[in-house]
Amino acid sequence: MTSMPIDTTQARALYTKLVLIREVEELIAHAYAEQQMRCPTHLCVGQEAVPAAVGTALRPDDYIFGTYRGHGIYLAKGGSLRAMLAELYGKAAGVTRGKSGSMQLIAPEVGFLCASALVGGTIPIAVGGGLAAKMRGEDRVSVAVFGDAATEEGVFHEAMNFASLKKLPVVFVCENNFFAVYTHISARQCADNIYQRAAAYDMHGVRVDGNDIVAVYEAMREAVAVARNGGGPTLIEARTYRWREHCGPNWDNDLGYRSAEEAKNWMQQEPVKRFERFVTEARLLSADELRTIRERIVEEAAEALTFAKNSPFPDACELLTGVYAP
Amino acid sequence: MSRLLTYAQALNEAVSLTMEVDPAVFIIGEGVDDPKGIFGSTSGLKEKFGDRASDMPLSENGMTGVIIGAALAGMRPVMTHQRIDFTLLALDQIVNHAAKRCYTSGGRQGVPITIRCIIGRGWGQGSQHSQSLHSFFAHIPGLKVVMPTTPYDAKGLLIASIEDNNPVVFIEHRWLYNINGQVPEGLYRVPIGEAKMVREGSDLTIAAVSYMTLEALRAADMLAEAGVSVEVVDVRTLRPLDDKPIINSARKTGRLLVADTGWKAAGFSAEIVARVVEELHGLLKCAPRRIALPDCPTPTTPALANNYYPRSVDLVAAVCDMLGMKPDRPFAQATTAVPLDLPDKLFTGPF
Ligand SMILES: Cc1ncc(C[n+]2csc(CCOP(=O)(O)OP(=O)(O)O)c2C)c(N)n1
Repeated sequence: MTSMPIDTTQARALYTKLVLIREVEELIAHAYAEQQMRCPTHLCVGQEAVPAAVGTALRPDDYIFGTYRGHGIYLAKGGSLRAMLAELYGKAAGVTRGKSGSMQLIAPEVGFLCASALVGGTIPIAVGGGLAAKMRGEDRVSVAVFGDAATEEGVFHEAMNFASLKKLPVVFVCENNFFAVYTHISARQCADNIYQRAAAYDMHGVRVDGNDIVAVYEAMREAVAVARNGGGPTLIEARTYRWREHCGPNWDNDLGYRSAEEAKNWMQQEPVKRFERFVTEARLLSADELRTIRERIVEEAAEALTFAKNSPFPDACELLTGVYAP
Repeated sequence: MSRLLTYAQALNEAVSLTMEVDPAVFIIGEGVDDPKGIFGSTSGLKEKFGDRASDMPLSENGMTGVIIGAALAGMRPVMTHQRIDFTLLALDQIVNHAAKRCYTSGGRQGVPITIRCIIGRGWGQGSQHSQSLHSFFAHIPGLKVVMPTTPYDAKGLLIASIEDNNPVVFIEHRWLYNINGQVPEGLYRVPIGEAKMVREGSDLTIAAVSYMTLEALRAADMLAEAGVSVEVVDVRTLRPLDDKPIINSARKTGRLLVADTGWKAAGFSAEIVARVVEELHGLLKCAPRRIALPDCPTPTTPALANNYYPRSVDLVAAVCDMLGMKPDRPFAQATTAVPLDLPDKLFTGPF
């Protein structure tokens, strides 16, 4: 008999994060049309299983570094929902007091140290998090989350080499959604083999179904355990799919850069329903429990949105504050 | 024959025409052949020229090296970046390699590449998508740096840049993309290294860079109503800088105001002031002034970004001050219908 990969506590944690990300992203997608969130916003609808699993596999003191498509890891790592939505509205209660908007979220109090609007920028920075942990003899792990196109940047390779050379406690998580804006990976990369590039840097590379939250969680848990025990870095390639447009709340399959058929196939592999089916069939969580979790999240998200909308803008004098650290 | 084209259409036509006449020209960049075609400036090129108009991996530094090599081997590449911020990844190839090749080859080699890049602005583009980095490039011997304002100049300067045997950093501004202007059909060149007087006046000179030229012209209109005559010079090329028209104008008016899209500190506006003062010290009626960005990165929230970008009203206030005038009525911004983080009504988020 194969043993159950997760227990009820883990199932509950995974489901809570998964649904939190889905509900919040959908809420943003609807509110965005009001044109009051005046910043470029990259939603991760369809890809939620990756950040949810990654966040669940980490301790609060582990580090994570991400991209402009960062709402998922921000929420999964435990960042404040109110502060994130306030940031999207450019309000003083926002994560960075309105300085950075959606693209550069942070939550240092829970280990989310940096996100970047420049593709690939935070991959080496995450390696630096691992270096610091190792130098101080801590057992923290540092995680870099990035898209498939980021592996085309030189820093991806430079970062992997150094992390492997020094056996740093790092996990590289690539969310391969096959597109860089409108360009398919086959027009950008010589082969569809991101996870195999780890081998060239003498480290472990795995490919997982990024819409299967349990698969991502298992791969992540193993990589984290190896990193924490001094075994060095792992590269995880999680294959998934972005449902909405690259940047913004709309649907854009009509532009013709990808087929409606392809999108439909991926949507049938939808991560939330898939996990609901799994946990109920495995009797880890009941349908009632799932509903309760979702209802609580929907309520919490609506409350946070109201808070964000009603909170004040930063004072004009803040323009020139915070350029240098005190 | 000339017709009304947008800035984006003018850029598109420049590339298309040079590709037609010179098989060595090709264009490569992230999104060149995608459905949005770099805000329309590369639309249709793939259909017309096949692989000579191509997308590229997200490898800005490596791909810049690739076009430098192709140029050394006889091609005439054009690269596009949707934001000038992305050129920062390629600074090694641009500054250490492309800019040095001619000199370090004893003048035997040129690197005929054109690097098109767009300065972003508005809708919370923020600190990493709206930098105005022209001063950076203008600092480097071996590079040419152009910043056209009008559709006419965009086309003529882009053709001249592609035909030039040196690396040209061709800097566009996102807020110019939708403006219209008369553009002749066919190939024509606007010479690199020529500033242009775009409005004649006698009381004060505004030397303006890129989009700020439009704000300067708006300011000049407002000031004309108050009886102030402002001359406006569009710098157009930052390197090699054609300072004569600016110096001549300042000699005539005795007053210089510089309007730049970039930061003030160590910025291009300082170079213009220095050139003028070096020539005209003692002849100016008041100290030169600069209107440029405050000393901080771009914030995303409109609450702060609204005070970040100087506008025509700020130029008007500076001019009045330089002339010792108290404006007898407030020069209200006429365009309250459009939010300040958008260039015009056609524009909606997220881009
Ligand atoms: C260095 C750099 N080059 C180009 C861009 C423009 N850009 C922003 S996101 C993006 C696509 C990136 O795709 P991927 O890494 O697969 O992540 P995804 O957006 O699909 O999550 C591009 C080209 C950028 N922000 N930074």
